[in-house]
Amino acid sequence: MQSICTCFTCLFIFLQMGEKEEMGRILIKPEVCIGCRLCEIWCTVAHSKTKNIIKAFLYEEVRALPRVQVEEKLPLTFPMQCRHCEEPDCVAACISGALSKDPGTGRVDHDAEKCVGCFSCVLACPYGCININENERKVVKCDLCRELDTMYCVSHCPNEALVFVNE
Amino acid sequence: MNEFDYVIIGNSAGAIGCIEGIRSVDNTGTIALVSEEAHHVYSRALIPYFLSGATGTSGMAFRPPDFYERAGVRLFLNKKAVKINFGDKEVVLDDGNKLGYGKLLLATGGKPVFPPIPGLRKKNVFSFHSIKDALGIKQHMAGARNAVVLGGGVIGLMAAEVLLKKNIKVCVLELADRVLAPVVDVTASRMVEETFREAGVEVLTNNTVAAVHGKEYVEKVTLQDGRTIPCDLLIVGIGVTPRVELAEETELEVDRGIVVNEQMQTSVSDVYACGDCISVYNFVTGLKQPLPLWPNAYLGGRIAGVNMAGKTREYTTGTSMNAMHFFDLNLINAGVNATADGDADWHVVSKLDPEKKIYRKFTIDRDGVLRGFILIGQVARAGILLNLMRKKIDVRGFQQELLRDNFGYADLPDLIRWHLLKEHMILGVV
Repeated sequence: MQSICTCFTCLFIFLQMGEKEEMGRILIKPEVCIGCRLCEIWCTVAHSKTKNIIKAFLYEEVRALPRVQVEEKLPLTFPMQCRHCEEPDCVAACISGALSKDPGTGRVDHDAEKCVGCFSCVLACPYGCININENERKVVKCDLCRELDTMYCVSHCPNEALVFVNE
Repeated sequence: MNEFDYVIIGNSAGAIGCIEGIRSVDNTGTIALVSEEAHHVYSRALIPYFLSGATGTSGMAFRPPDFYERAGVRLFLNKKAVKINFGDKEVVLDDGNKLGYGKLLLATGGKPVFPPIPGLRKKNVFSFHSIKDALGIKQHMAGARNAVVLGGGVIGLMAAEVLLKKNIKVCVLELADRVLAPVVDVTASRMVEETFREAGVEVLTNNTVAAVHGKEYVEKVTLQDGRTIPCDLLIVGIGVTPRVELAEETELEVDRGIVVNEQMQTSVSDVYACGDCISVYNFVTGLKQPLPLWPNAYLGGRIAGVNMAGKTREYTTGTSMNAMHFFDLNLINAGVNATADGDADWHVVSKLDPEKKIYRKFTIDRDGVLRGFILIGQVARAGILLNLMRKKIDVRGFQQELLRDNFGYADLPDLIRWHLLKEHMILGVV
């Protein structure tokens, strides 16, 4: 459990952290990122079969790939994941229709069943946030933890370097 | 006569982009779509995946089955637009019907180039363009033993890989002295040729088919070098040329493709065009030229749709770009990649590891702006490089960093990085 300041403002922020709302996006505070890569770890857990950190890393047959990536050039570190762009270039580039923008939530979705692994989206994404799954020859990307109650990278960042902002 | 606010001729990437562009602005305007094919929208780019078995015909659907219904599009499938009366703003179909339009989109696509070789139109000769081609190839693939692929470009090479994997002996013929010219440079071409040869594909450059033998079916072909080889499946994958029949003998300006401005408007008012049938602004060369690629078609169509619906948006991010894979070799390129195409004072930063089949090459102009890149083996995060090109960032201050395997935003100078990422970052918290 992370320790936090107990003033009302911080408590309010804490309660907001990772709580899922309809529209909004994850913003990044690079100055407070300490490069611990817990966001990557918990992203792996979030996309594992069991959602259990031990099993996800040690016992699952295939370890899930994180969709958030910490960029590092010490002392600089900061995480990046899909920006769920308003006009996503990846969706425009997708040849199979696997990528789509959900008009309701604003989320950019990836249908792994439809994905043929052409990597057109890897070329299109201006943020480099579509990751390659070499084993399956497909791509993986942030889904804003669609099947979970909270966004794991946001709720597990010990330093609030990732925040979810409603828009 | 049927009257529509929007009429779209064509039913591929550009048409779908246009429908989605219109509907992002206008939810009520009436849309009609005319297509000479009878199919639900499918992705031509998936033909190799269909033939390899990675996806079935249903998997080729580019949008869900209820797409048109949900978008409120009236379909005129299996109908060909034969004439446009720009004065009366109507499209004439081959069944005599007329469709009146408020705004018109021409998304007629490209047609496969067939070289002028006598007797080439035979039952086992296919282009690599439509679902009809795909089904025909699939049918003939089963019994084929010797395939000849005419054209060593992206299409021809993808076809060659699929056929080889179906245990067919494959010979690729390329008229130029290397494959994938002019998409990539000589070094990259050689790496790709080597990959094909190692896999067992015969790649013959400076060569083509001189004569075709056989009655209804091709049985043998004589090459330009005089050899005659067996052939029971011939794929013509030379490329596509813009389909501009509807523009012929009209006031529509055509320069190879139908000429459009940055808002995707043609020279005739209320008429827009996108996709493989157009000549469009290439932000790298600054010229208008055909850029017949899936992402360009979709995005051009989408921007056309937004403009047709009354908002103003410009398409200024198109250029030549490809994500390709041949066997285990991944290759991504964008922009201009042979320095000879640019000015003498352009320079190149590159890294080559032939053993590991890794190549990174960056072409930089006199102002330090990236004009093109090739990535082989290491293609992750390629889009960051395309973004640097589009934003015309001077890369000279960090050009050696471009050669790093996992080049990313962390490798950029602070000012440039935070400028490019400003919408996504909260700075100044400490």
